Amino acid sequence: MSTTLLAPALLSQATAAASAQAPDALRAQREAGARAFEQLGLPTTKVEDWHYTSVASLADASFVPMNGDASGVTAEQLAPYLFSTSWPTLVFVNGVHAPSLSTIDALPDGIRVLPMAQAMTTLGDQVARQLGTAAPADRDGFTALNASFLGEGAVVHVAKEMVVDTPVHLLFVTTDKGVGGMQHPRVLLYAERHAKATVIESWVGLTDGAYFSNPVAEVMVEDGATLNHLKIQREGRQAYHVSTIEARQGRDSHYVSFCFTTGGQLSRTNIYTVLDGEGCGTTLNGLTMLDGEQHGDVQTRIEHAKPNCFSRQIYKSILDDTSHGVFNGKVFVRDIAQQTDGKQTNNTLLLSKTAQVDAKPQLEIYADDVKCTHGATVGQIDQTALFYMKSRGIDADMSRQLLTYAFAAETLETIENETIRDELEGVTMRRFTSSD
Amino acid sequence: MLEIRDLHASVDGTPILKGITLTVNAGEVHAVMGPNGSGKSTLAQVLAGHPAYEITGGEMLYNGENLAEMDAEVRAQQGVFLAFQYPVEIPGVSNAYFLRAAYNAKRKAQGLDEVDPMEFLDLVEEQLKLVDMDPAMLHRSVNAGFSGGEKKRNEILQMAVLTPSLAILDETDSGLDIDALRIVANGVNALKRPENATILVTHYQRLLNYIVPDYVHVLAGGRIVKSGGKELALELEARGYDWLLEAVA
Repeated sequence: MSTTLLAPALLSQATAAASAQAPDALRAQREAGARAFEQLGLPTTKVEDWHYTSVASLADASFVPMNGDASGVTAEQLAPYLFSTSWPTLVFVNGVHAPSLSTIDALPDGIRVLPMAQAMTTLGDQVARQLGTAAPADRDGFTALNASFLGEGAVVHVAKEMVVDTPVHLLFVTTDKGVGGMQHPRVLLYAERHAKATVIESWVGLTDGAYFSNPVAEVMVEDGATLNHLKIQREGRQAYHVSTIEARQGRDSHYVSFCFTTGGQLSRTNIYTVLDGEGCGTTLNGLTMLDGEQHGDVQTRIEHAKPNCFSRQIYKSILDDTSHGVFNGKVFVRDIAQQTDGKQTNNTLLLSKTAQVDAKPQLEIYADDVKCTHGATVGQIDQTALFYMKSRGIDADMSRQLLTYAFAAETLETIENETIRDELEGVTMRRFTSSD
Repeated sequence: MLEIRDLHASVDGTPILKGITLTVNAGEVHAVMGPNGSGKSTLAQVLAGHPAYEITGGEMLYNGENLAEMDAEVRAQQGVFLAFQYPVEIPGVSNAYFLRAAYNAKRKAQGLDEVDPMEFLDLVEEQLKLVDMDPAMLHRSVNAGFSGGEKKRNEILQMAVLTPSLAILDETDSGLDIDALRIVANGVNALKRPENATILVTHYQRLLNYIVPDYVHVLAGGRIVKSGGKELALELEARGYDWLLEAVA
């Protein structure tokens, strides 16, 4: 018995069509993607990493490539998701770059932000060489699918030693016009030596209809560079969202990821990084808040490939109604990666008796002189804390709301950029307390 | 103000309080002392309404009303305050927000208008001086990352803002160095009024050098085994608890 579905027929047809129509520079990549997808198909729950997340309903759906129809989308509609109107923002509507809604004319020094199509023309080989390096097409069915539709997305490049304080925002929006569609954008983030920058990748659904987002981000953090990468997933209630982030890190670099998840009927985020230079580190934090029948899965994999590297992870979930959360955190320490310092924390707050979580920390350690810890908790609101609030006269409902917010705030507080932190704290506070 | 009559309470079916009788009048300071496990912290928690404790007998009357029938938040709104032995950390909720929520909850219960953040800051700034706290502490998360001393001072700040009629201080002195102890004690003394009362739950006599009680009660095995004036505390300091326990046994 194969452990994967055969590639669903409709998707295979679509990948073949995409290869046939590919521009020259992308033809080889798309063909490789289509071939890999034909081989791999979509994973079943028999695949270990997909044990708790079934994509069977996705395989049965018949999504067609989105056509980028941005008609009727206004700046006002996007405003609530922008963080700041003064930040360079590249907007994609229904799978395609929307120049009229984007604001990337006045970029800070040292940073380039390009839609993928333009990057292919102006940077050509430089981009082609990077595509598929960190996230090869044959990694799994979803990266294969993404590769077979290669063409949309963005390239962010930070020149060496440039410290860019202003965040760059990549905003992917789906509207009613994108219902029934799928999008496979590729994002390349490249921070050269000793550069520092912040990139936000937002996924927003302005529709209650079903669609499928399948982005892949490839991240290069060269020696001494620091890259803050925030993935804010607020897809529509019926959306499918499967995304993979693959980072490669050089010596003394720092990759800082924050993964904020509230959207989608079924979402899965894979964050993988390879600590491939001495003294580098990664911080992967996240907050998932689900209700109704939502299913949200976060998987991390940190490969310690060189000595003296650190990794820090704090992932929290707040699950209500019959929602289902999954967290799987893998830390892989190679035999030469001595003095590795790894710490993983995963806490889940269940707000209802029917919400469910599957949390699995996985440590695979082949070096003998390392410090790796992990801890996972699943619980309800702490009764002592609840009593503390009530003993100050605050009523039970409000006490519960504030404590729920407090649980979330502990991860949000780790976001370095104040504007982003304040905004997400506000979103979270309103979610639980209906006030600011 | 407070009349406790033959109070019995248990946790998870285990009896802890086995017949406490105690009367506290307005203007009085009572110290409740006793060895570890005597039930003195339980008494404090039961008075404040901790849901883990079950009242199995007797009664607690607060201004003539049955405390046991009130939820913890109602007791607080009516003027009962418990300073926690281990104040709880609430990351992400600022001290200012928390204090104002508590203050407004009490005002609302009294039928008064809520105060807005600016009004409240004016009000709380006065109280900060009382416990020698930096105004910056208002904008930090409640107790998160506070030192032991800061947490206890924060409890007294809450007490100063909420102006309770009946303040119960549960081992507020434990873990404090002498400077922090003085600050906390000065705060409590400054808040003393003829119309309010204080119950100090403590293991050590040290606190009572700074907050002088009118009455001292010794708790052992869930009962008050001896009551006296402030000199009883000094005797306990000199002789320990054993002589009393032996006398009771």
